Amino acid sequence: MSARTWFRRHGHLIVFLAPGLLLYGLFMAYPLLTSLSYSLSDWHGLVRGGFAGLANFVKVLTAWPYNVRFWGALSHNALFFVMTFAIQSTLGLFLAALLSRKWRGFGIFQAAYFLPYTLSMVVVGFLWLLLLNPTWGAVAHGFKLVGLGGLVQPWLGQKSTALVAVILVNAWHWLGFPVLVFMAAIQGIPREFYEAGLVDGANEWQGFRFITLPLLLPSLAMMSILTFIWDFNAFELVFVMQGASGSPNYATDLLATYFYRTAFGDPTTGGEPGQIGLASAIGVLMLIIIGAASAFGVRFSQTSQTEY
Amino acid sequence: MVGRAQHPISRRRRPPTARIVSRTLIYLVLAVLALGFVYPIALMVIDAFKTTPEIFRQPFALPSRVGLETFREVWRRAHFGLYLRNSILVTGGSLLVLLACAAPSAYAIARYRFPARGLVFLFFLAGIMVPIRLGILPLYLLMKHLSLLDTPFSLIFTYAASGMPMSVFLLSTFFRALPGDLEDAARIDGCGEYRIFWSVMLPLVRPAVATVTIVNVVPWWNDFFFPLLFLQSNTWKTVPLGMQIFFGQHLTNWSLVFAGMLMASLPLLVVYLVMSRQFISGLTSGALKG
Repeated sequence: MSARTWFRRHGHLIVFLAPGLLLYGLFMAYPLLTSLSYSLSDWHGLVRGGFAGLANFVKVLTAWPYNVRFWGALSHNALFFVMTFAIQSTLGLFLAALLSRKWRGFGIFQAAYFLPYTLSMVVVGFLWLLLLNPTWGAVAHGFKLVGLGGLVQPWLGQKSTALVAVILVNAWHWLGFPVLVFMAAIQGIPREFYEAGLVDGANEWQGFRFITLPLLLPSLAMMSILTFIWDFNAFELVFVMQGASGSPNYATDLLATYFYRTAFGDPTTGGEPGQIGLASAIGVLMLIIIGAASAFGVRFSQTSQTEY
Repeated sequence: MVGRAQHPISRRRRPPTARIVSRTLIYLVLAVLALGFVYPIALMVIDAFKTTPEIFRQPFALPSRVGLETFREVWRRAHFGLYLRNSILVTGGSLLVLLACAAPSAYAIARYRFPARGLVFLFFLAGIMVPIRLGILPLYLLMKHLSLLDTPFSLIFTYAASGMPMSVFLLSTFFRALPGDLEDAARIDGCGEYRIFWSVMLPLVRPAVATVTIVNVVPWWNDFFFPLLFLQSNTWKTVPLGMQIFFGQHLTNWSLVFAGMLMASLPLLVVYLVMSRQFISGLTSGALKG
């Protein structure tokens, strides 16, 4: 078959596939794959030097102060995920279970929980920065109004509370999303299951515990992966509220803010120049953590899948 | 919708007073929690109309008078009109590029047999769980070499590329579900491959196109990370980046900051309040299928 006949017969495939492959290949696959080779190279500013082996990784993981920052940021990301996960699988699941009954007016509640999710992280960050201000903020005013003025603290300014405050702000923004997803999953469970449970004398709690919860496991697992990926990439909220170095004194520093400072220099501390090799090593470590967690989560959600 | 979709187990007979009490309790809990989610946003709206001293002294009171001067000031001093135009151009452009690339690719994968089809699909799918941010350094240097830094195209190509995995996946699921007879009938009528795609098949997957649009447009519109890295001069800054800089400069003028926050959030808030049902179903179907 000559090239021309081949093209006449199959050319449309190329026309259909080429733009997508080119766009995705050039601007997504290529950068993600190359960051691995970046992390294995020596860098002088923006110019790549020779092969460096694992030197960048060794430096990030063992050399002071890089290692302290790395493990600190990693533990903050871990707490970020654990707290978000705990909130969404208790409060989020609770709300979804209640809302899935679709009583009168529940549509309004559902819309209300989801409202913060439509806000940009920049707005969320600045809004809570002002609301949590210990002198003028609405939260402090509210505490004083109910006679708890003694409990007012500079929540975002002190080491002991800053990270937890940021995580709670993030949960406020995010929670509506898992609620929606859980609700959709609960509503997908056939009603006959509950009717069978009713015949067997199950009460409401038993219905939830032995019918809803097991059937919801795949969705819970999927949602946990999404949350994990999102939380190990979290950047905006800390950058907006606490600055690029995660003030106070790196107490809210995350892997992504650490990566950002290492890659692009730190504007807040007089601008040490960017170190591409080290930053790429951080990025690849993040990729490995996220990849491992999603592989584990996908496997779990597949084994717990039920068809009905 | 009322009553019919009730939880079967909850219909079990109980003493009427106990039922009324438990119902009221559930409504009360849900309402208090809803207040926690909505009230901060309501405060933002209320405070946007107040002067800074008013906000400081009485944060929960309603504004003493309603004026639009603060909003005018934000519009003028923050170049809000420019940022808004840029956000619309970038989001709209990204959507065009994404659909122009994802729909034909998904169609080819779903409706034709060719060698390496599975491989191509796998290649697209591989990115579904990988955030493009992790490739930011090579991406940044690539944009630099292509002289796309500080232009809207750096954002448009990045957003569109990052939307490909999920969009190809969703659209191909829909394309695959269409009956083959449609295609055959069109072919007998003399349609070429492109005509079949454009005039017969594409109009039938409009719900999937709507889902792809909602799932992608919301994070693009709100994105702050890529504009922060790709844009230096003021000309192409989008609303989130422009406002972040503006807020940082005027952090003591709370009235101005609240007004700016309201203006930055208004477009999506309005879209959400007007069509929350489509919004919600689009986002959940995107998440569940992903």
